[in-house]
Amino acid sequence: MRDVAIVAFSEGPVTFGSTSTPVEMIVPTVHDVLKQAGIERTDVDFWCHGSCDYMTGQPFSFVSAVDALGAWPPIIESHVEMDGAWALYEAWIKIQTGEAEVALVFGNGKSSAGDMNRALSLQQDPYTVAPLWPGMTAMEGLGACAALQAGTVTERQMAEAASRARRDGAKNGNVLVSGNESADELLSRPVTAAPFRDHDIPAMADGVSAVIIATGDVAKKIAKRPAWIRAIDHRIDHQNLGWRDLARSTSAAIAASEVGVHKDKVDVAELHTTFSHHEQLLINALQLRPDATSITPSGGALVGNTLMAAGLSRFGHAARSIFSGSADRAVAHAQQGACLQQNIVAVLEGN
Amino acid sequence: MSEKTGDKPLRVRMPIGIDYKWCAGPASTDYLTGLKDGRLFGRRCPVCELVYFPPRNGVCARDGVMLGESVEVGPKGTISTFCIVNVPFLGQTIKLPYVAATIILDGAHLGFSHLIQECEASEVRMGMRVEPVWRDKAEWDYSLENILYFKPSGEPDAPFDDYERHL
Ligand SMILES: [Zn+2]
Repeated sequence: MRDVAIVAFSEGPVTFGSTSTPVEMIVPTVHDVLKQAGIERTDVDFWCHGSCDYMTGQPFSFVSAVDALGAWPPIIESHVEMDGAWALYEAWIKIQTGEAEVALVFGNGKSSAGDMNRALSLQQDPYTVAPLWPGMTAMEGLGACAALQAGTVTERQMAEAASRARRDGAKNGNVLVSGNESADELLSRPVTAAPFRDHDIPAMADGVSAVIIATGDVAKKIAKRPAWIRAIDHRIDHQNLGWRDLARSTSAAIAASEVGVHKDKVDVAELHTTFSHHEQLLINALQLRPDATSITPSGGALVGNTLMAAGLSRFGHAARSIFSGSADRAVAHAQQGACLQQNIVAVLEGN
Repeated sequence: MSEKTGDKPLRVRMPIGIDYKWCAGPASTDYLTGLKDGRLFGRRCPVCELVYFPPRNGVCARDGVMLGESVEVGPKGTISTFCIVNVPFLGQTIKLPYVAATIILDGAHLGFSHLIQECEASEVRMGMRVEPVWRDKAEWDYSLENILYFKPSGEPDAPFDDYERHL
């Protein structure tokens, strides 16, 4: 295996209702991440993009995103119809094959372009589930009910996760919602989509994230303290919601075990939790100890769900905790699909 | 929505539909509001200085930078390439044969496609100078369809050097 590290991260403004086109939104963030790394775009030898055509309503909309990169002289690029974290995974593999040394990875989405609760139904089985238009909130509601009934997550844990996300969001600043409410205060609020209260449901956002990853010597030149990707794994649960146990995330647990999350202390874990109950499900799956690990100190996707960018942002924020020295060992997690269907887990280290 | 007929399988129709709100963005907004007033606006790349008409996604695809100043172009232009359409198809409204051409408007560096009318298809050539024929002003909208077609302007042909780099 080649040593590969995250060396730069940039997150565009987390907003709702941007009046720019998706391509115009990408440009400043790509420029910023290059600037942070102190490299030119011609130094990048692989570009990888994550986005979703169902969000823009334009088939092959990702092709126009290449305009944002400046494709002259010709560049080598690829796209995944997934969160940018999957683009990072592809770029990491590309580097492992020896075909690239420096890769720029980005993810973008404009939730305000349509009804994402409805659009995300199209991730489901196209014959038996998608035509029913279940909606993301209802599907996640099934998952939350299963977890609450099985006792793998409690209502209080959901409120505590939301309370902390809102406080951390206030510190981060680049989020859509924030607040200082205690878990008790949040629990006193009305249930609006059982078992969810409003704060259990993500604030849908427009946004762009970009990350640069590089091999050993290059990484050391670019970053003072690169965030070395010591291990990364991607696992998938069955697509059919009825064919798996929604009270736990089996695929996240396998991925965490494969990368050895539990083998040493975890200073920071950036978890891609879009609904509040995901946090405890992931703590269970990754066997994290909240008393020893700072859980999603960025606030996470619950307070600014930049679809197709939020997972990559978790990698970026976890890497930042390594860059700054506030963590020596961090875990980055990203998910895609309903009820934590797909999970990527990575261990990042400063040394 | 559904019908059940004896022992036959239940058939259900579930049409797929999602509504979208598309924002044109600053560059295309100039372009579209210009068209509404019968004017043609592109944007200049601050790096390569080429003028994009239409301004596409608001970025220069060569340089990967946001396009800069708004530039009024045209209305006359030069045909860089063209195609004579001889094949009839369903819903066709234009008399065959007709010409679809790539036109480089004066002051712009990116070709766009439009119809050529008011001349025989056989007369159309690379370098031919053309000008737009606009729809009745009352019908103008935020659309390039405000221009019905382009017709020969009667000027001498542009030299090959003028459009060679845009082929
Ligand atoms: Zn340019």
